[in-house]
Order: sequence, then C-alpha cells, then structure tokens
Amino acid sequence: MNAEPVSTSAKVMDFPTGSGAAAVLAAGIGSLMVALFAIAADQSAAIKSLMIFYKPTGPLSGVTTCAIAVWLISWGILEWRWRGRMISLKPVCTAALILLGISLLLTFPPIADLF
Amino acid sequence: MEITEHSFLTLIHGMGFGALYLLACSGAIVELYRRYAPSCQTQIEVRDERFLGTYLIVMAVLAWLTVLSGAYIVYPWYRAVPPPGTADLTGFPQRLLMASPSTIGWHSIGMEWKEHVAWLVPISITMAAAVFVRYGRNLRRHRELHAAVLGFVFVSMLAAGIAGFFGAMLNKNAPVQGGETIRLMNGK
Repeated sequence: MNAEPVSTSAKVMDFPTGSGAAAVLAAGIGSLMVALFAIAADQSAAIKSLMIFYKPTGPLSGVTTCAIAVWLISWGILEWRWRGRMISLKPVCTAALILLGISLLLTFPPIADLF
Repeated sequence: MEITEHSFLTLIHGMGFGALYLLACSGAIVELYRRYAPSCQTQIEVRDERFLGTYLIVMAVLAWLTVLSGAYIVYPWYRAVPPPGTADLTGFPQRLLMASPSTIGWHSIGMEWKEHVAWLVPISITMAAAVFVRYGRNLRRHRELHAAVLGFVFVSMLAAGIAGFFGAMLNKNAPVQGGETIRLMNGK
C-alpha cells in the first residue's frame, strides 16, 4: 500500500499564502488583459495592425500573446515579491475574482463595443 | 465515409481537446468542492492528492492544446479571404456567414466572443493546477484560496462552454472544409 492517509488536523503543513495569492491575482490580471487588448485592437486600426504577430491568425495572435506575456510577467513579479510571505488572501482573491468577472463581461462583443 | 483534412483537425480541436476539457471540468469541480473544502473533515490520502494534481495538469494541457490549435490551425482556415469575384463562399466560412443577415451574428457575436473568451480557460486552469500542486490538502486551511481556485475552475468551464457552443454552431452554419480528403471506411 503506497496510500498514506493524512489527517488535516495532524500532518498538514501551513504554507505561506504568498505564492497562492500571486498565482490567483496574476490569473485575474491575465484574464483582464485578454479583454483589454481585444478591445484596444478592435477600437484602433493602429493597434490592430500592431497586433498581427502571425498573419493567418490576424490580430488575435498579438492580443493573446501580449495578454499571456503580461500574465506570466505579473505572476513572476508577484511570486518574487510575495513568495514565503503571509499575504492576506481575502482582498487578493476578491480582486482576482472581480477581474475575472469583468473579463468575462468585456469579452462579450455587445459590451466590448460600448467602448 | 470521407472527411476533409480541415474538418478532421477541426474535430480534433473541438471534440478531442475542447469537449474533453469540458467533461473534465465537472470532475475537478466536484472533487475540489467535496474533498478540499475547509469544512470537509474526511482524510485525504497522498494518492488522492496526487491524482487531482495530475488531473488538473492534464486539464491545463488540454486547455492549451484547444486554444493553440484553434487559434493557429483552425482559425486561419475560418478567416480565409476569397479571391475577388468568388461566388461560391463554401470554402470561406467567415465570409459565408457575413454574406447573409440571418447568419452574420454567428460571426459578429459568436466567433468574436469565442475567440477571446476561450483564452480565459488556460489561464484559469493553469493557475488552479499550479496552486493545487503547491498547496494540495493545505487548501483546506485557506478558505479564500480554495474559493478562488474553485471560482476560476467554474468560470473556465463557463468560458469553455461558451466557446464550445459557438464553435459547434459556427461549424454547423459554415463548416471549415478543405485540404486532402481522408477516407475513413467504405460503406455498403
């Protein structure tokens, strides 16, 4: 038997919350970036043209590449700053979920077209 | 029984990677909610923890395969531009949809939403997998972190559902076709 039962009250280690907070907040930021870059490319011909990283895919290639880059960079920076620290999770997780909700709404074309 | 190369790869993108991701979502949500909620008192075995960690990583791989194959393989075929004067738009799905007032919405709302909302999925599930691999059963000790991971996985399912629904409807109204013909089997 390689299954090792572990009680939550006995052997659980109390990890610092910094890494989790960094990952969650960065995911919220990355999600918002998808929506913001998409709106920017839709509203400005110059940005739309700049976002064409791969011609067959068009501006979507730049929009998503930039959003992913911002997500990973922000994750890296937050991880570097918060790793090993106890960060208050409630405001961070609330902010991340709000960012995710806004992203979901902003990707909906009738709402994105309001800008 | 034949299928074109483009249709086959579209099928792999949607039914292979995307639908499998959607199927996996419910399992991840149930497991995270049932076993890792702060109020849960049942023991978590190491192998259960490893299983869910692996499960979430596989989901993240599926999510990335779905968006990358969609954006860089299928989408270029969808948005192909016909030569001037082309009357038959069958091989140009975007232009075919935009040619009729009754189908233009599938592009202007359906594809425009799908192509962006789908990218929330890999971001969300990659985060969920990374947090779970790091914290595992310790998620029970951090109520807000548990809620955030569950929330992101739930939204990823919603986003994948939106993308999947519009993908299916777009392909129904203007199928992506072309490339070599693949003969699957001979009928009688």
